[in-house]
Amino acid sequence: MGVRTESHKTEWLTTLPSLAWLTLFFAVPALIVLAFTFHGHTPNGGVGEWSLATWKELVDPDYPTIVWKTLRISFQVTVWCILLALPCAYAIARMGTRWRGVVAGAIMLPFWTSFVVRVFAWKTVMHPDGWLQAVYHGWLHAKLALFSWIPGVSVPVLADPPPGNCLLGFAHCAIDTARTTIIDSEIAVVLVSVYTFLPFAIMPIYTAAEKFDFSLLEAARDLGAKNFHAFRKIFVPGIWQGIVSAVLMVFIPAVGSYVIPQMLGGTNCVLIGNKIFMRAMQQRNIPHASALATLMAAAVLVPLGLAAWWTRRAAARDRRKLELRTAQLMSTGGQR
Amino acid sequence: MAFLEFQDISKQYGSVKAVDHVSLEVKQGEFFSLLGPSGCGKTTLLRMLGGFERPTEGRIFLEGKDITDLPPNQRRVHTVFQNYALFPTMTIWDNIAFSLKVAKRPKKETEEKVDAILEMIQLGEHAWKYPNQLSGGQKQRVAIARALVDRPQVLLLDEPLAALDLKLRQHMLIELDTIHDQVGITFIYVTHDQGEAMSLSDRIAVLNHGRVEQLDIPAKIYEAPATRFVASFIGDTNFFAGEIAAVRGDYCEIRSEGFPAIQAYNDKALAAGQRVDLSVRPEKIRVTKTAPAAAKGPGLNVVKATVQDIVYQGVYTKYWLKAGARRISVLEPHSRFLLDQETITWNDDVFVWWHPDDGYMVEVK
Ligand SMILES: Nc1ncnc2c1ncn2[C@@H]1O[C@H](COP(=O)(O)OP(=O)(O)O)[C@@H](O)[C@H]1O
Ligand SMILES: [Mg+2]
Repeated sequence: MGVRTESHKTEWLTTLPSLAWLTLFFAVPALIVLAFTFHGHTPNGGVGEWSLATWKELVDPDYPTIVWKTLRISFQVTVWCILLALPCAYAIARMGTRWRGVVAGAIMLPFWTSFVVRVFAWKTVMHPDGWLQAVYHGWLHAKLALFSWIPGVSVPVLADPPPGNCLLGFAHCAIDTARTTIIDSEIAVVLVSVYTFLPFAIMPIYTAAEKFDFSLLEAARDLGAKNFHAFRKIFVPGIWQGIVSAVLMVFIPAVGSYVIPQMLGGTNCVLIGNKIFMRAMQQRNIPHASALATLMAAAVLVPLGLAAWWTRRAAARDRRKLELRTAQLMSTGGQR
Repeated sequence: MAFLEFQDISKQYGSVKAVDHVSLEVKQGEFFSLLGPSGCGKTTLLRMLGGFERPTEGRIFLEGKDITDLPPNQRRVHTVFQNYALFPTMTIWDNIAFSLKVAKRPKKETEEKVDAILEMIQLGEHAWKYPNQLSGGQKQRVAIARALVDRPQVLLLDEPLAALDLKLRQHMLIELDTIHDQVGITFIYVTHDQGEAMSLSDRIAVLNHGRVEQLDIPAKIYEAPATRFVASFIGDTNFFAGEIAAVRGDYCEIRSEGFPAIQAYNDKALAAGQRVDLSVRPEKIRVTKTAPAAAKGPGLNVVKATVQDIVYQGVYTKYWLKAGARRISVLEPHSRFLLDQETITWNDDVFVWWHPDDGYMVEVK
């Protein structure tokens, strides 16, 4: 008994510093932000009296669209990052130990340069006279020619196309160049976000893949599975923890990102991060910015919480089903 | 054409020749063992059959079909891996069902087959556990069931018992034998343990340095080793290196340095002057305090010796004796009540003797 209390005490003592750190620099600020939302603001950028005015202001018809767009883009970025990170991590984990270090280092290398400079470099790459713009245009033309009949696929087209801007002479193929630069588009934001967050997806997946027993893939192939089947049914479930970490590592910063949409999205891609930045830094309305931040946190945390709850419930249901199945198997086995 | 045939297979890893011109024929339904010391190329041979390695030279035929270049998933050859390689994210049931699901067998058939094999390995109650909840022996049985459930043409086992403790190993040995009898599938069993190979196999190929030293039934491998390596690798033996001095009918006289002339049965009809290694197994030599009565025909080989070491094991006693400059090991089984007999102790002067028929000559090339 005494020993137990003793070990309990040491456990407490060892976790205390990190607990204090979290309380001081995470819980307290979060509560302050929450408290701000129940205050008005003063014209000189201060926090005003207790009131519900800020929450009432939040009924802006733009906000649901922006929140939705933010979640949608973050989701796209996450999916692309995971899809690219999986084969990368797999390849690195299968390399010899010497190459592994080199490649893992190369992936981290961009972090040695300024983030803003890198995003700015992308601005140059995406210049309207650049090659990426040409590729993008080709894609738009192809999309128009091939998929425009599918409902929901829309391509910006000029009502009255200027001559000489047509592909293969089809008038309806004329695309409004001025309105369809890759820069200042949603695609630019997704592309550069994927570029930025990819290392954060590769690293946790690679860490999981490094511990993965690759002889399991051999076993799967031995039992008749094709390579891709083995990858999907054995490798992916085997490194599932890494994938979950990667999703969180990408999705959460993507939701809060504002530099990339600010520099590359123009007016076509204003996300919640930009709104928060605008309210806080330009309009100096701290309570409003706090309310938006709270809203966004809720938009992320509520689905995550629901997902966690649902997973746990499904696991419990599976377990019950398995127990039932075992009981059945045992009873039929007994009859035989 | 044989059921399974290795035709002149070689495998080179850089400068290492892991497998060196191996030709083997395996019969359908046979329990066939590849036996040899660590690094002799057993695993490499097995991996080439599984499709994980490509031979540098030679072809492999299965039921007359050249499978040398087929990927693993296109051969009906399954492997029981040494570390079991069970899928940790799947239940035991799903592990076993894997090959059937991959082959898209009907659901009902899959369920029946998996349940049946689970019953055979007596793990029905563990069907919904995960591999990390099982003991080593249970994992082993699941690995075997998983590889057998869709009835492959050949089952490969790479040192499947090496990770188990002695007691479990002996138990699994019997179980493996039973399973083989039940399913009637060709088993190819890799081991460095001669005991396992001897007790399980219909035939054994003894490998050394990537080459087949001898391929035969266990009794022939033990009693009539083809090379000095086989004789010393399979069980203990006493070697007498020498030269045939004279041939007398079916027998010959071997002159070995520092030893009286030895009579031996000349089954290969070797001529005088041939260099040979005579192998005499310890259990074929007797130790007595008095000289044995003279025998007819070629007579017995009798040598005077001193007892150096005795290890009493209940079932038998092991003696190490010194005869001249030579050490001889003898294994004396106790088929009579021991305490009634005259005991032999350390430093006793004794007679060591064996019948000329009980030695086996290996030619020295
Ligand atoms: N992938 C490989 N690369 C290089 N050498 C190898 C490889 N696999 C096996 N070898 C070498 O081939 C020889 C035979 O190995 P192996 O077939 O594993 O032997 P065993 O299974 O009989 O212990 C050994 O010398 C081993 O070092
Ligand atoms: Mg091996």
